[in-house]
Amino acid sequence: MKGLKKKIDSVKPQFEKGGKFSKLHSVFDGFYTFLFTPNETSGSGVHIHDSNDSKRTMIMVVIALLPCCLFGMWNVGLQHALATGDADHSLFHLFFYGFWTVLPQILTAYIVGLGIEFIVAQIRGHEIQEGFLVSGILIPMICPVSTPCWMLAVAVAFAVIFAKEVFGGTGYNFLNVALVTRAFLFFAYPSKMSGDHVFVSLGDTAAVDGFSGATPLGQLAASSGPAEVLGVTGDPLSYADMFFGLYPGSWGETSTFCILIGLVILLATGIASWRIIIPAAAGGFFMSLLAHSLASPIYPVTFLSPLEQLSLGGFAFAIVFMATDPVTACRTNTGKYIYGFLIGAIAIIIRCYNTGYPEGAMLAVLLMNCFAPLIDYCVVNANINRRLKRVVIKN
Amino acid sequence: MNVNKSLLPLVNPLSKDNPVIVQVLGICSALAVTAKLEPALVMTISVTAVLALANVIISLLRNTIPTSIRIIVQLVVVAALVVIVDQVLKAWNYEVSKALSVFIGLIITNCIIMGRLEAFAMSNRPWASFLDGIGNGLGYGIILVIVAFFRELLGSGTLFGCQVIPQWCYEHGYQNNGMMILPPMALITVACIIWVHRSRNKDLQE
Repeated sequence: MKGLKKKIDSVKPQFEKGGKFSKLHSVFDGFYTFLFTPNETSGSGVHIHDSNDSKRTMIMVVIALLPCCLFGMWNVGLQHALATGDADHSLFHLFFYGFWTVLPQILTAYIVGLGIEFIVAQIRGHEIQEGFLVSGILIPMICPVSTPCWMLAVAVAFAVIFAKEVFGGTGYNFLNVALVTRAFLFFAYPSKMSGDHVFVSLGDTAAVDGFSGATPLGQLAASSGPAEVLGVTGDPLSYADMFFGLYPGSWGETSTFCILIGLVILLATGIASWRIIIPAAAGGFFMSLLAHSLASPIYPVTFLSPLEQLSLGGFAFAIVFMATDPVTACRTNTGKYIYGFLIGAIAIIIRCYNTGYPEGAMLAVLLMNCFAPLIDYCVVNANINRRLKRVVIKN
Repeated sequence: MNVNKSLLPLVNPLSKDNPVIVQVLGICSALAVTAKLEPALVMTISVTAVLALANVIISLLRNTIPTSIRIIVQLVVVAALVVIVDQVLKAWNYEVSKALSVFIGLIITNCIIMGRLEAFAMSNRPWASFLDGIGNGLGYGIILVIVAFFRELLGSGTLFGCQVIPQWCYEHGYQNNGMMILPPMALITVACIIWVHRSRNKDLQE
């Protein structure tokens, strides 16, 4: 590491003002700080002793995402093998099939998103921000595995420009960039974002008899009563299958188990706030309990038990990785409880009672992103008023 | 740009004082009728005609209208003109008239029209008011047509109803962007036009 730093320090003058590559100074700066700063903190006094900055925060989130990511790739392979009747279920075979299937999407998201960030930073003369590091891996994980790369590129460009850069770049976006990408895809290309054929990668092979690529929530939304949730080959899904994520869906978000591993990492490093996640889970649980007790065949998803509701679809992923985004969530502690609870409750409401959308987590988080500043405003003002009452004015 | 001073009411609204992207008026109809080019063009012509004629009539009447009831008088004039436009459209272009449905009737409430009557026609001579009406109508129309161009091209792959994106694109996996048909993308398209316009006209930047 020291040798590398020496080498980089020796070429540094060429990137400074007047140097050969001065036009690329922010690119250089980006990589430089990415590797080497912040490398020192004060040891005493009242200063902050933690050198955790946004770069390290982002890296921790990416590490927390790895279990979901690796499992997702394997699951893509598994669903493919089940759907095509491939008997080879060895770990590496399945994993590498999934890996090569989703790699183009990950590369597309990173190249387009980072490209725009680099260009904007260059134009504005800013440092390059690392905000896209997490979004770039999140975006493919919450999209169907068969999303064409050009659609992904269009959606990523739209989200990065209109949800982030026009508001001032990283840290100023009021909507979650990854979810804006997904929402754009969802509304612009609905046929590629829902239905029976997008969540399982078939490749060039034909599907076996009895194959259905519908996600569990998709099947339920199309059913007309308490139906059994089926896997791709028509076998019923057990609760363990739902919890471990062995069903078709957007590839990164199916496994509640891997999401819980990520959650532990995020909570242990203090990056995600339990003040959002726990109320969100409670909100979801409470709402699904309510829906379950009022279950009716008009809204078939209401027949799911609360635990099934929390494990299926993108709910767990959304409340752990999306709702906790510190930029778009509430800042005040009281606000976080309200924000989290409403995300959980609204996600289940949309899922159960809007038959047009099989999954509601995306829309719930985006909606609450819009309301987060208002919640903060009310909390802060309530506090001011409460304290004003204590003031005694002496004349 | 040096233009004859008497033509200023005609030229200004086209860019520097554009009713949609500078004054941000008439946004509602800009969202509603711009999913396709043809209705956008018809809307442009209708608004221009109504605005120019209403401006002239109000300008002729301006010294006889009592101040306290001037809004009602303006509304009566605009409403009469809109009804005429509506009838003409129904007679000559029934299909588009059906597509535009309530939005022709709603020209009455278009803030550009009331704004120009109040701000210009009430205090200027008929010829200048006529030019102002044409200018603002066209300024509104330019934006409508630009927005409709992008929305129809990207949302439906057509222009004026003719297929322009070749079939082989669809065969290779291209799909129309369904979001462009929805009103939110009209807002974002207008925002992009404002963005480009402001960056070219530094004096308009706040």
